[in-house]
Amino acid sequence: MAAASSLHVAAPAATPRVGSAGPKSASAARSVRVARSGAAARHGGRLVACAAVATKADAPASEAASKSEGHEVLLFEALREGLMEEMQADPTVCVFGEDVGHYGGSYKVTKGLADMFGDLRVLDTPIAENSFTGMGVGAGMKGLRPVVEGMNMGFLLLAYNQISNNCGMLHYTSGGQFKIPLVIRGPGGVGRQLGAEHSQRLESYFQSIPGLQMVACSTPYNAKGLMKAAIRSENPVVLFEHVLLYNLKEKIPDEEYTLCLEEAEMVRPGEHVTILTYSRMRYHVMQAAKTLVNKGYDPEVIDIRSLKPFDLHTIGNSIKKTHRVLIVEECMRTGGIGASLRSAIIDNFWDYLDAPIMCLSSQDVPTPYAATLEDATVVQPAQIVAAVEQICQ
Amino acid sequence: MAAASFTAAKFLAPVAARSGGDRARPSPAPSAFAVRPLRRGPARRLGSVMAVSSDVLKAAPAATAYPAVTREEALELYEDMILGRNFEDMCAQMYYRGKMFGFVHLYNGQEAVSTGFIKQLNQPDCVVSTYRDHVHALSKGVPARAVMAELFGKATGCCRGQGGSMHMFSEPHNLLGGFAFIGEGIPVATGAAFAAKYRHEVLKQSSPDGLDVTLAFFGDGTCNNGQFFECLNMAQLWKLPIIFVVENNLWAIGMSHLRSTSDPEIWKKGPAFGMPGVHVDGMDVLKVREVAKEAIDRARRGEGPTLVECETYRFRGHSLADPDELRRPDEKSHYAARDPITSLKKYIIEQNLASEAELKSIEKKIDDVVEEAVEFADASPLPPRSQLLENVFADPKGFGIGPDGKYRCEDPKFTQGTAQV
Repeated sequence: MAAASSLHVAAPAATPRVGSAGPKSASAARSVRVARSGAAARHGGRLVACAAVATKADAPASEAASKSEGHEVLLFEALREGLMEEMQADPTVCVFGEDVGHYGGSYKVTKGLADMFGDLRVLDTPIAENSFTGMGVGAGMKGLRPVVEGMNMGFLLLAYNQISNNCGMLHYTSGGQFKIPLVIRGPGGVGRQLGAEHSQRLESYFQSIPGLQMVACSTPYNAKGLMKAAIRSENPVVLFEHVLLYNLKEKIPDEEYTLCLEEAEMVRPGEHVTILTYSRMRYHVMQAAKTLVNKGYDPEVIDIRSLKPFDLHTIGNSIKKTHRVLIVEECMRTGGIGASLRSAIIDNFWDYLDAPIMCLSSQDVPTPYAATLEDATVVQPAQIVAAVEQICQ
Repeated sequence: MAAASFTAAKFLAPVAARSGGDRARPSPAPSAFAVRPLRRGPARRLGSVMAVSSDVLKAAPAATAYPAVTREEALELYEDMILGRNFEDMCAQMYYRGKMFGFVHLYNGQEAVSTGFIKQLNQPDCVVSTYRDHVHALSKGVPARAVMAELFGKATGCCRGQGGSMHMFSEPHNLLGGFAFIGEGIPVATGAAFAAKYRHEVLKQSSPDGLDVTLAFFGDGTCNNGQFFECLNMAQLWKLPIIFVVENNLWAIGMSHLRSTSDPEIWKKGPAFGMPGVHVDGMDVLKVREVAKEAIDRARRGEGPTLVECETYRFRGHSLADPDELRRPDEKSHYAARDPITSLKKYIIEQNLASEAELKSIEKKIDDVVEEAVEFADASPLPPRSQLLENVFADPKGFGIGPDGKYRCEDPKFTQGTAQV
């Protein structure tokens, strides 16, 4: 990662649907907290990108960026760039959501787009998630490519019927006659003391909806590439963004690019153990990787990116090399992405495994408000270190 | 036809309702609706109980004479209604004979609504229906054999046997579905209407006669669901070319409309959102057609949505699984006496638009169409096992199981781009 040291915690422009001021930004508020491990203590915060650390090879981002000068953007700006380029290239691309227009989006992903493309293409909707998501389905059936923003992804639980029955199923029930080329995106995941409802881990809810494709972005580079690919896909795609990653900074190519929606990203090649992760947990894993390297381990880190379908090709090749697997996710322990991934690996690569697959998920609790409890809900780097040590015994 | 004793369609001016008053005298509606006679006589009050009963409508003085209908138009309406009725009767037979399964909701009694509205549409106009969707599909032009084959679960069905009774779609006819959950079709219809406006204003593609119109059909029970209100709001907010057609058959399965709805006059909810609300006798196809024409023209001109409440009745149970023991016999016979098909037939004969023999020949023709549909469906092949995983994804790269029995995503080539640059 080109500019990992500039990683910051995203400070949302607004705190959706909560009356008080936004969550306190950044590390200052947290610096008093006792870190659980030496590694974490050295980095002083919960979310630390350790790209400087332990990387043997550069991420694909840097490869692609090397073609030209590139330009530095924050992750939310990368998403905006991708969206804007697609809207310029294809007049059927439009945006629906709460405060996406004049306000510019609660995390500024659509900032300025209403001025550029007009109110009809960047449609500020009333607060009616199920209905405006259903509108996206109808508009998609009639030739548009709507990008539906959940102001907070958790709000999309209110649109669950439209996402499940109509986004996911209509292509099938119509015998293939209608396509729903919809993108559903928005900020999700466990933020900083946002409380249970604004700290949802929705992957588990969405993953079993037939007909729905899911990707999670984790860097400005892949955020832009996945946004563009999702818009161009004929499938309904859920693009997971993480509230704490919006202010990640990275240099991305000046040239246009898209990424493959079904492809995993090799973050750090290694020999001893395959660590599969995505979204924000990628940074906890990389933080742990630094410690692991110091302890003499050589972990291979893969950001699976495609949550459905899994890139079993990349994952399988890694397992055939390391024979050991650790999954690290922020999703729920029960019925989460990790659970599905583990079963897919057992089904397909059992013979290559030398140790039981371990899966570190967040706890099956409503995300607590208190910082100590919230920290204990998601996987911390020290747990990852301990798990690798156990697997590699 | 008893129509003369029913009130004409009332297009209540939004302004009047916005004032929040008791609508004692609706002010004349603007634009196109101004020409329509408003209901005369004393204002109907909620306190007078049977707000949705036809008796109330009957109490109002007769309005205008019948709108003109040509012989050809009348025969087209008649044929479409006969098709709807005969098709559904045949469905019941086939269901009891074990040719179709699941929940099958028949449309008998409500034909005037489907025919009166959908026959006024052009091909690019859209229809969004509910689980009671066979007849909407037929009115929109989906061939009877394709609908019957779908019900038989055959590969030749309009959705390849993947949809079934409650999920009828036809892309060439712009039938956007059969939606089996209450209310979920309304946002989809609103989205289709939004797309029509978008094509016109952003993409600058529009037919010369105006915007493509979307009809959203749903029942009285749906009118207590949030999606109904949310979409009334958005449709009027953006002046979308959509008509919300309420087929008020008085019963949501076993829940009486009067027991479930605080103000049973659904049409009044239109003005509450700033759009016209119209109450029409849904057992009278000519009245329905007149209201439909006006609302559709209005939508096409870009003047926004209309809420139309059609008072109708289903002659059968909620579905073929419903023993229909709850509704009172006198209520059933009251509406049976107002059968929309019998009424239209009587009108056609009385007005000398066609002879009894001519109507008989239409009935015979439709009998043949329905018979042929059954024969076609019966003879059609079942979907092969290989069809199972098709159509899950419009772009299936990486999904499903390939011909070699392995997950496609294990194929080294599967990652080569869903969306090519």
